[in-house]
Amino acid sequence: MRNPLPVSLIIGAILTFTFVASAIITLFYVPFDPAILDIGGRFQPPSLTHFFGTDHLGRDVFSMVAVGAQTSIVVAILSVSIGMGIGVPLGLLAAAKGGLIEELVMRGNDVVFAFPAILMAILIAAIMGPGAFNIILAVGIFNIPVFAQLTRGSARVLWQREFVMSAQIINKGSFRISLEHILPNIVNLIVVQATIQFSLAIAAEAALSYIGLGTQPPAPSWGRMLSESQTMFGWASWLSIFPGLAILLAVFGLTLLGDGLRKVLDPRAINRS
Amino acid sequence: MTFSMFIKRFGSLCITLLVASMVIFFMLEIAPGDVATFMMGVDADPQAVAALREELGLNGSVLGRYFHWLFSILHGDFGISYTYREPVAQLIGERMQVSLVLAILALTLSTVIALPLAAFIALRRGSLTETVALNVVQVGVAVPNFWLAIILLSIFSTKMDLFPAGGFPGWSAGIGPALKSLTLPALALALPQAAILTRVLRSSLIDTLDDDYIRSARAKGLSQKQTLWRHAMRNAMVPTLPIMGMQFSFLIAGAIVIESVFYLPGLGRLVFQAITQRDLIVVKGVVVILVLMVVTITFLMDVLAMWLDPRLARGKT
Repeated sequence: MRNPLPVSLIIGAILTFTFVASAIITLFYVPFDPAILDIGGRFQPPSLTHFFGTDHLGRDVFSMVAVGAQTSIVVAILSVSIGMGIGVPLGLLAAAKGGLIEELVMRGNDVVFAFPAILMAILIAAIMGPGAFNIILAVGIFNIPVFAQLTRGSARVLWQREFVMSAQIINKGSFRISLEHILPNIVNLIVVQATIQFSLAIAAEAALSYIGLGTQPPAPSWGRMLSESQTMFGWASWLSIFPGLAILLAVFGLTLLGDGLRKVLDPRAINRS
Repeated sequence: MTFSMFIKRFGSLCITLLVASMVIFFMLEIAPGDVATFMMGVDADPQAVAALREELGLNGSVLGRYFHWLFSILHGDFGISYTYREPVAQLIGERMQVSLVLAILALTLSTVIALPLAAFIALRRGSLTETVALNVVQVGVAVPNFWLAIILLSIFSTKMDLFPAGGFPGWSAGIGPALKSLTLPALALALPQAAILTRVLRSSLIDTLDDDYIRSARAKGLSQKQTLWRHAMRNAMVPTLPIMGMQFSFLIAGAIVIESVFYLPGLGRLVFQAITQRDLIVVKGVVVILVLMVVTITFLMDVLAMWLDPRLARGKT
């Protein structure tokens, strides 16, 4: 009998859906356009008109948080794609070829791991100046060894299995074997990891925008909303609470989704938490 | 772990550092803008600019300059900051007194929180308490540390006035006031890290609690709690050592962010100012030092774990 879906998967999927939906809906409809200032109506506490209140320029915080989801999602999708698009082929290659190539990939991973995403962002900002592109590249580069390591590790195990050996016997090349036999068997693991990296990318976007290396005005960003409102916490705490909660819930939702997917896609890993 | 394995790991550590130094140097090499022109202004006399270029060692081949720079930093000479007119090594040393202490405080705090918490959860396997606690921990992992910092700041310093609202009096003002101004930043850094550590430590503890020697310890009459603290914890900590090493690099990176919440004069502030003022030699120095710390600590933790539990060495390449 099939096990029921894990609770974490359901809650995670709901939170992630809300997050993605608000990014998509705000492309077509926003309650109050964040570009429109209303100085007369500034610092309004949360109400039925302004669910999350208004900020120091009279902008609707609810709309800003909802639009901010777009920035987070774009940064996360692109940086995870960079990591996956380069890391997975590298990992497959390392596992298939072994020897010197594998060693090179591994040492390359070590070097990239030496740069926490924030250091990479600092270096890139020094070259190109701050911007969302900066975060995408920094987090994307950081993601490459994560996917390369995961792919190589699990692909190596598969290369020892009978079905791969029989494919070798009928003279399939290592490229075809990687593509037809190895990749389909590790795609679950990659999806789970991508979900986790997605959540890390959102956290990194927020942190880097908070310190000013990331998304620049007027593009809305949760991290930058927090740095703008920080000094106003005393009398307008809603300005800090809602963007922070948005980051928290998006990251939490994606982690739950990742954990839930792991339980469904890789039942052997359940006990390994 | 055998000596030859240690040498092999140490060798790859050196190669990693060497390649990382090239990455840092050549990335900043392609940064736009001529430093000498920037320092003297666009309208400066070309001859004076040329003289300054010479003085700063900006002439000569790229490769030559790389090796010159590498040998200098190996001797502790990180160059002179263009904006501060002070040796970069000295600037880094001063700022490190804030950033490093902050990271160490946070690591200590997160360990002190995570050990009992992980033990508490591990001893309640299958109970409702476990489910609730694990979910709380899961939320803790997702909390952005700079947001937590803003909240702690407004509660404990703005409202209750227990801690300073930011800034750093310097160690010369006495250990008490200095530590007081680092308490909230350390707490903000430590709590989300403690959540991560708790998760890892708990699953490691659960694996360990199923081992035979634990059953023997229980059979000789120790309570489950005693067994956990006397036998299981020690072994469960070994696999978490490499993770603590990784955490330290997150903490150093996190410290850069947290410093800007509390206006602490640490490496973060130094490097951000340097970026806006195009003082690239400072950026270079700070990044080199941080990368060195990250790589060395990861290495030490890995080696320590393998030395304590030789079984780990076999699984690794």
